[in-house]
Amino acid sequence: MKAKLFPLNKLSFKKSLQRFKRLAKLAVLTVALANLSACSSLGVEPWERDLLAKKEMALTASPIDAALDDHIYFSKEASSGGKSFGGGGCGCN
Amino acid sequence: MNDVKNISKNINLKAALSVAAGALFGTSVVTALGSQAKEADEWQFESAFLVYSEKDRVSATEAIIAGSKTFDNDEVLNLKLTIDALTGASANGAIVQPLAQTFTRPSGNGQYVTPAGETPLDDTFKDTRVQINGQWTQPLSESITGSVGGHLSKEYDYLSLGVNGNLAYDFNRNNSTISMGLSYFQDTFTPEGGIPKPLSPMLIGDSSSPDWNAEFAKTRISDSEDKSTTDMLVGFTQVINRRMITAFNYSYSMVDGYLTDPFKVVSVLKADGIAQEYIYENRPGSRVKQSAFMQAKYHFDASFLNTVADVSYRYMWDDWAINSHTLDTRFTIPVGATSYIEPHIRYYQQSAADFFQPYVIDKLAHTHFVSADYRIGEMTAVTVGAKYGVLLNDGNELSFRFEYYRQMPTDSGFVDVIGLNSLHLYPVVEAVIAQVSYSF
Repeated sequence: MKAKLFPLNKLSFKKSLQRFKRLAKLAVLTVALANLSACSSLGVEPWERDLLAKKEMALTASPIDAALDDHIYFSKEASSGGKSFGGGGCGCN
Repeated sequence: MNDVKNISKNINLKAALSVAAGALFGTSVVTALGSQAKEADEWQFESAFLVYSEKDRVSATEAIIAGSKTFDNDEVLNLKLTIDALTGASANGAIVQPLAQTFTRPSGNGQYVTPAGETPLDDTFKDTRVQINGQWTQPLSESITGSVGGHLSKEYDYLSLGVNGNLAYDFNRNNSTISMGLSYFQDTFTPEGGIPKPLSPMLIGDSSSPDWNAEFAKTRISDSEDKSTTDMLVGFTQVINRRMITAFNYSYSMVDGYLTDPFKVVSVLKADGIAQEYIYENRPGSRVKQSAFMQAKYHFDASFLNTVADVSYRYMWDDWAINSHTLDTRFTIPVGATSYIEPHIRYYQQSAADFFQPYVIDKLAHTHFVSADYRIGEMTAVTVGAKYGVLLNDGNELSFRFEYYRQMPTDSGFVDVIGLNSLHLYPVVEAVIAQVSYSF
């Protein structure tokens, strides 16, 4: 009896796992779509870009500082990149 | 009068650089000369000089000049030249001992002695590096921008060549951008004295003896080794409102080839804690790194002095069991109409690679990967500093940056069977960074 039950349980477990996976996929898709539609309500009109257009509001406001910092931390720490390419580039690491 | 002189000097310098950049890119020098003033208006330059100096260790000076030019159809050309020089001493991986220690230089020519009680530092580090970057960016359609670039970096013993390509798609009234990028680097390491045989003991003795060269050669495997790096990056940028913009990136990086540091050794200790020899470190031949990066920028109103806050966080993880957290914060605070001050705080924390060990007891037990390089050990690092920038009458910007950087290596759970002083196992590294920048 027990031997019979076990494969049944296994089967139902598999089924519920599949169901869960499907649900999870659906949830991820829903969240992604919701995000995208949320994004479309975010943002500004072209004439509202006065502050965003300022140099200091650029994501990388000073590319030179960023390049120098990347080089320092690349050669002194075990991480690199993230914001842009981590890359190779010098024999310093 | 002086002002006029300065401005004309400025234009001349800019014109000369424009001609140089034009020559480099292959655009007609004659045209550039013929319309010097016009050309000078189109190129924008940024330059910087930086000194990085560690207490009792390495010092580096770095100079950068970057030029960008926007063409008629919004194509942008960026060219950058970087030159740096490195001098001073770098930790060789061996640990402090109660006795003086003798090490052979990586080239095999001669030895250096570390006094008792001091962290062993190899003082032969001297290198000059020249790096050239070029990037071409242009709109491919109404909403798609493409970019391609190249990279060349040459040191006395190192060559790095790289290419990259990026695509960005703007949508939602240009408030959202999805971008994708790929880059590939090919590096060649040709250290003086060749590549040491991983895990082989460092040969120490009389380097002027007749059989020294033959014995030293036995500890070498080749003259040079290669490494390739492939990076993939996916990004999403979103304007939230008039004051705020955010960015999210995911990156995947594969590094293959020679990832060992040929200058680093590991102390092999006897049970009494005294080093009996030093073996060359050995790292795996591949590494896969991934990272998630997010950034937000916010423009405060006048009640907060129109400050711009820049906050970013990066989580990095790899298959060497290293993961790291980086939190970076900058506040750009306007001072009067033409200058600003920008405090900066950076916090960094990393875990150790699974093969990191400050020392080994039994050499035979470590026939695989081992490194005592603190840079892949557990550590916390903090940077604090500030930048002051001023907009000059002619629209050019001059800025000064000063920062303090402190690395605090920590114990990642290494079983220190000998019971050494943890200050000796994990010494703190301090550095100052000073920079002057000028854009014109």
